[in-house]
Amino acid sequence: MALRSLATRKTLTLGLNSTRLTQSRALQTFSLPDLPYDYGALEPAISGEIMQLHHQKHHQTYITNYNKALEQLHEAIQKGDSSTVVKLQSAIKFNGGGHINHSIFWKNLAPIHEGGGEPPKGSLGWAIDTSFGSLESLIQKMNAEGAALQGSGWVWLGVDKELKKLVIETTANQDPLVTKGPALVPLLGIDVWEHAYYLQYKNVRPDYLKNIWKVIDWKYASEVYEKECP
Amino acid sequence: MAAAASMATSLTFPLLPSQGLRGPFTSSLPCTIPQRRFWRKVATNLITAKFELKPPPYTLNALEPHMSRQTLEYHWGKHHRTYVENLNKQIAGTELEGLPLEDIIIVSYNNGDILPAFNNAAQAWNHDFFWESMKPGGGGKPSGDLLDLIERDFGSFEQFIQEFKSAAAAQFGSGWAWLAYKANRLDVENAVNPWPSEKDKKLVVVKSPNAVNPLVWDYFPLLTIDVWEHAYYLDFQNRRPDYISMFMEKLISWEAVSARLEKAKALAAEREMEEERRKKEEEEKQTDGEAVEMYLDSDTDDSEAE
Repeated sequence: MALRSLATRKTLTLGLNSTRLTQSRALQTFSLPDLPYDYGALEPAISGEIMQLHHQKHHQTYITNYNKALEQLHEAIQKGDSSTVVKLQSAIKFNGGGHINHSIFWKNLAPIHEGGGEPPKGSLGWAIDTSFGSLESLIQKMNAEGAALQGSGWVWLGVDKELKKLVIETTANQDPLVTKGPALVPLLGIDVWEHAYYLQYKNVRPDYLKNIWKVIDWKYASEVYEKECP
Repeated sequence: MAAAASMATSLTFPLLPSQGLRGPFTSSLPCTIPQRRFWRKVATNLITAKFELKPPPYTLNALEPHMSRQTLEYHWGKHHRTYVENLNKQIAGTELEGLPLEDIIIVSYNNGDILPAFNNAAQAWNHDFFWESMKPGGGGKPSGDLLDLIERDFGSFEQFIQEFKSAAAAQFGSGWAWLAYKANRLDVENAVNPWPSEKDKKLVVVKSPNAVNPLVWDYFPLLTIDVWEHAYYLDFQNRRPDYISMFMEKLISWEAVSARLEKAKALAAEREMEEERRKKEEEEKQTDGEAVEMYLDSDTDDSEAE
């Protein structure tokens, strides 16, 4: 992503004059994507208060710190300061991961009257039945993995785009799914950080996991799946 | 998940008199190197010993308005309780049953390749340690030996506060930040520090993910803050830095930290003497046939004393 384009541009522009170099490397910053529904629209499964804090505060903070880290990276690369470049990787992984993961998460949710909770259609529906037996057993499996995850993290349904195979994975903290394998593409991610459910479900993470399926929207997952496995 | 069932029980807080989490036969040493012979005996004598949920050393509303009663009701009454209950279930009938909690932590940490009991055991211990790191009307500044060491090792008290705060804020995800006493030890098993000096015994600030605590690195923990979101979400939501500042300014029990430091120093000294003694014994054993016999004798004496 941004990291790679910085590096590529650097190689491409090597040997050009420095004015040109600076101009061509104007830094792209990220901003908070709008939610396609109101904060309260997922109630009672997820409260409006949780959605608002989660989107406006948590996701925003990941973006702010991601932009900050990218700016520092940009400077460090310009200065040839390798130790700072390396030092910044953990902040980039955490905050960039937070931005990637939440951006997918919002697309995985929808109010009940807008398709939330409707089972997946088309080829993804078939693939789930083939891989896991049924949607219910996929849900059970993801809920069990999510409940057992120590600390903060995510539980994912992904597709291995080389093997054309569905996988369930968990990642710690804000690690994006791609950290579990370069061929893995996320279809559906469930946030099991406490901030995703604590105000409403407190310590009972399994109830949050049970209820979130009522507002899971499979449209995004189906689109990505069809693109990767035409 | 087994935890789910127990989590759903109603909110009740029986303040039972308890032996505390350490169990009746546990050494009160915060950081003992487990000794094989000791484990075996405890395990055979105390098959039914269970860890109990020990209440904080103050009432659940005593930290208000800084840390709410509701937070403590969930944090102690639900989260901490679940760790203890699940640990008891998990170790029942296994070779870990009957061991002191600290030993279970070190054994199940398994040099980083953690075994199933580790999370519950370490979290049970961490929470006890956290409750005892706070008191109503806490905060302020330490004094005496503790302050001297803080100033020596961090430059100033203010500098320490900065380091501790940034460790707690920068723990990505769930975890803990610690002030610990790092006694003069190498991380390599059986290695001897060739040039031990007073300076090796120093205070350090460290952070740890999820359930990990400094016992697994053979440090003596002195102070901790829980930065799992459940520790502050009801009171501070996403504002972790505000929670950390409040903890430093209003809740830390510096008396508890001082007492832990004194204990840690004494234990570190004791351990050093013990190592010195063992080293001498080893040397004598190698050069003197009689020494071997003496070693066996003392072994027998030990078992009889149990």
